[in-house]
Amino acid sequence: MDVLGQVLRDDWGRLLGRLIRSSGRPDLAEDALAQAFAQAAEQWRRAAPPANPGGWLASTAQRRLIDAQRAEVRRRAPEFRRAVASPTSVEPAESTPGDDVDDRMALLFMATHPALAEDVRPALALRFVLGIPTDTIARLFLVPTSTMAARLTRAKRRLAEIGAAFRVPPTSAWPERVADVAHAIYLAFTAGYAPGGDEVRRTADATDAVRLAVLAADLVPGQPVLDALAALVLLHHSRRDARFAGDGTLVLLADQDRTRWRAAEIAAGLGRLTTLPPTTGYAEELRLQALIAAFHATAATASDTDWVGIARAYRRLEELTGSPIVRLNRAVAVGEASGPLAGLAVLRAVGERLPGHHRVALVRAELLRRDGRPEEARAAYTAALATAPDGPERRHIAARLAGL
Amino acid sequence: MKYLVLLIGDGELPPWNALSPEQQAAGMKQFEDFDAACTAREGVQILSGEALAGPSASTTLRTRSGKLAVTEGPYAEAIEGLGGYYLIESPDLDTVIELLGVLPAYDMQITPAIDPYQM
Repeated sequence: MDVLGQVLRDDWGRLLGRLIRSSGRPDLAEDALAQAFAQAAEQWRRAAPPANPGGWLASTAQRRLIDAQRAEVRRRAPEFRRAVASPTSVEPAESTPGDDVDDRMALLFMATHPALAEDVRPALALRFVLGIPTDTIARLFLVPTSTMAARLTRAKRRLAEIGAAFRVPPTSAWPERVADVAHAIYLAFTAGYAPGGDEVRRTADATDAVRLAVLAADLVPGQPVLDALAALVLLHHSRRDARFAGDGTLVLLADQDRTRWRAAEIAAGLGRLTTLPPTTGYAEELRLQALIAAFHATAATASDTDWVGIARAYRRLEELTGSPIVRLNRAVAVGEASGPLAGLAVLRAVGERLPGHHRVALVRAELLRRDGRPEEARAAYTAALATAPDGPERRHIAARLAGL
Repeated sequence: MKYLVLLIGDGELPPWNALSPEQQAAGMKQFEDFDAACTAREGVQILSGEALAGPSASTTLRTRSGKLAVTEGPYAEAIEGLGGYYLIESPDLDTVIELLGVLPAYDMQITPAIDPYQM
């Protein structure tokens, strides 16, 4: 990795934190730091980077920030300029050991502030804490770069206007705020697995969300919701290399080459999961999902999978969430654990709650096929094809129908 | 920053005049606790705050065709429900939100004041 990439990866959050702390302006601070990185990319390509790249970026960004604040003053009508000509609030904040950790924590809480719309928080967290480029974030969320840039700008401006605090909230507020943090990071992660666009590349982009989840759990220790989230995304994402064949087609879990799963990430996920006792609410939802991912990750072959354990975890997850999607997954697990008829019985109640959902029809088709009812299976595959969006999943359904 | 806090609806709180004297006393205690919490908090000060009379005591003042017109109503819905307000000096929004948790369960709206010389 080049010097700039290294500084971005290691120091972005710390640098941004210091700028926001000293200026109270999340909007201008983030722009200034992005400009400093752009300037570095330009200059360091032509000449050797300075001896202290982080320091160079800090002072360059600081100057940009002062320039931006002066420009703001100049833009005011002359009669309104009054005695505010020189911004005073850009003195570098005192830096003490431990501050860096606090600053990244404060960034995390600021980016997922409840006064921001829920859908922009995941993007802002990736940008603020890790410095992920806007075009990468846009690709992850399947929107044009200009749209994502406008969303981020609006969110940053709102943070400045409402006077959102740049500090770690008091522990009394943690249960809610930490759940907001977890939810935002989870949405960033699942965005990488949503169908659409360059799926192989977007799955790789979800790695940033995994980094963020692990960082969050380390920054705010002792929070079950963050530990469960980190375990879940580590375990799930460990399978990414086996998820696509060379031609970009989706490889189902059962057919994946398990030697391509990343053992170190599985171990890290299991390490976090095994220390977590059952809990409640959103943390428990994430913990149960992580548990299911762990059952898959630890099976040597697909036929070794502990489907009884998975079906049990899905049942608890369904009790907790009431989600028909969870019930759909439970039907698959029960079908594996107790046979296709038992799976079909669980599936029966799902159809009316997810009308026209191609996955309901697909699961029904698979269960009917295994139960030795090819004609009914054919009808179900056909129904699945009728509603499935274009993409790898649709091609998979077509292949299953053809192979009947 | 200065924040205007509008207590704009009863929220989960029954209308004040539907409360028993004991409940009203408990509510008043919450307002006193809020005062105390603001005083104790560094950088926070209640600059102003009042309970407001209902719409039956409100007057609408509008300029129509260049003439000032005084009427009884109409009242904007949010203003009809306006029970009181605070103007609070606070270092940030999060501090205001934390402190407001002490008050009875009104629906509230928090808006920062801006300096027109700095726009």
